[in-house]
Amino acid sequence: MVKAKKGVGVAIWIGAILLLLVLPLFIARFYVYMAAIIMLFGLLATSNNFPLGFGGIYQFHHAVFYGVGAYTTAVMVTKFGYPFWVSAIAGPLMSAFISLVMGLICIRLSKLYFGMLQISLGSLIWVIVYRWYSFTGGDDGIHGITLPDVLSSYSGAYYFTLIVTGLCLYCMYRIIKSPYGIVLQGIRDNPVRSEMVGVNVRLHQLLALVIAGFFAGVAGILFVVVDNTVFPDMLFWALSMETIIMCLLGGWLTFMGPMLGAAVIMALRTFVSAYTVYWALVLGIIMVLVIFFLPNGILGWFTGKFSSRTERVEEHEFKNIRPETD
Amino acid sequence: MDLIYSIVPPGVLCQVFVGLSRTVILFIVSSGLSLILGVLRIPNVAHGSLYMIGAFMAFSISTVAGGGSAGFWLALVGAPLAVALISLIAERSLFQYLYEREHLMLLLLTFALSLVFGDLVKLVWGGEYKSVPVPRIFQGFVPLFGGLPFPLYNVFLLFVGPVVAVALWLFVNKTKIGKIARAAAVDREMVGAVGINVSWVFASVFVVGCLLAGLGGVLVAPTVSVTLGMDHTLIIEAFLIVIMGGLGNIWGALLGALIFGLTQSLGILIWPQFGIIFPYLAVVVVLLFRPTGLLKSTW
Repeated sequence: MVKAKKGVGVAIWIGAILLLLVLPLFIARFYVYMAAIIMLFGLLATSNNFPLGFGGIYQFHHAVFYGVGAYTTAVMVTKFGYPFWVSAIAGPLMSAFISLVMGLICIRLSKLYFGMLQISLGSLIWVIVYRWYSFTGGDDGIHGITLPDVLSSYSGAYYFTLIVTGLCLYCMYRIIKSPYGIVLQGIRDNPVRSEMVGVNVRLHQLLALVIAGFFAGVAGILFVVVDNTVFPDMLFWALSMETIIMCLLGGWLTFMGPMLGAAVIMALRTFVSAYTVYWALVLGIIMVLVIFFLPNGILGWFTGKFSSRTERVEEHEFKNIRPETD
Repeated sequence: MDLIYSIVPPGVLCQVFVGLSRTVILFIVSSGLSLILGVLRIPNVAHGSLYMIGAFMAFSISTVAGGGSAGFWLALVGAPLAVALISLIAERSLFQYLYEREHLMLLLLTFALSLVFGDLVKLVWGGEYKSVPVPRIFQGFVPLFGGLPFPLYNVFLLFVGPVVAVALWLFVNKTKIGKIARAAAVDREMVGAVGINVSWVFASVFVVGCLLAGLGGVLVAPTVSVTLGMDHTLIIEAFLIVIMGGLGNIWGALLGALIFGLTQSLGILIWPQFGIIFPYLAVVVVLLFRPTGLLKSTW
């Protein structure tokens, strides 16, 4: 039974990868662009979910790291004339560094206080980017970032996004399944007990933040590749909220949930925007319905519905998780 | 007076008063947010939207009333009440079922509501800038320090601030519902066990908090252009003020609003381009040394 299921899972994965590889041959240019956007937002949401769903850390302002990664690359290329590839490596490293600094300040606090302090620090960075016209372009952002020839075609950007997203997802999956990832989930489920058995809780959480910041930076680079622009809204807290919505909609206690959520939301946005300007209204209503009727998300609902009892226990028992109110 | 001017230039003094009138708006809005956070434990992101709705309501009411002074006074009463009604509907239909859920869900629910409210405002009032006239008796300027002009309307704001603070203090400390609310904030089950309908107490506290958001919106309307998106920047500021002051502490909100308003107005003098950074820096500095806020949190 379990073996058969695994076979089906592998088949689905191979099918999905093949489909994504041949996709640009069959669909219009705009949809290729959309597919790349969905993948990079999926990566952003997955990296947000890493501390949020697996670490139990209230990562409320994840977009900052996304924006910092993108801006670092854009500024290095346009203002200082560094080659794109060097800047592209510097971007995520800068995000990870900012994440480390912010983490060191915030990590002493727990839950809501942590999230709020992160929002305030993130807003500080947003304000600087928003106001520093001579360096970041202010509210106009930076346009027309020169890319290497390989990436300048839309299919080149698509394949680059596909490969990088795939690699990053694989890395994050390995991290979650590694001993470190297991300990992190233990901390989420019971921080006090983890502390008692000798786990350095703060250090583990800090590492989770740095890893999440790094991958958010990678998503930022991908946005630069796909869209060729950066703008201050990339660091605004509303984007962080939308990312969390993607995590919640897809299932924030599953690994692929955020990717699914990102796909659903981006696809819906494109679809709805064709008919009406009131996309936010639709998103808000969907959100309220999800919170009331689907608190574990789409994927969480499916795993709860279709997996056997034993498997459900094996998949971390998310029904029992109730973050303690402090 | 000349001695004071030689130490502090009149321009700076004037800017302090500008900061203080900004403080009044920030205090009124963030005290409502703080009240809701302290008693109901809801990080209400939709608070900013209610502020925006208050401002748009003020526009509509004053337009219907002919745009004169009477329109403003009508709006000052009517718009907060309208906002209170909206919040009552939201509380009864949504929030009351979610008090037991974790903060993350509440935060997301209120964010979802803010999206809905934002688009409803766009639907009702359209996307253009709106302006609300300053009532006639507050038009013009008074000469302040060294003859620098200071808007009369801001003087009015400086009087409104303390009135609201005292009224809020009376509500929380002297009325029966305020006392029950404070008890329920500490131990909800116990208050329910002695036979008090906690659900309605929570609803009324929520409504009072949102009414303050609406009031802030009306008061700010004549000084700014009323526009979509005014909720987004304000809600972040209000949250920072509440955190800086201590979650749920109304005097903390006052202190936070003071720091925020003054650093904002004086920061512009020091460094015009980056003046907006100073309040955020102040928040970071405060939280570095006092991670749970300046005053005691009710949590």
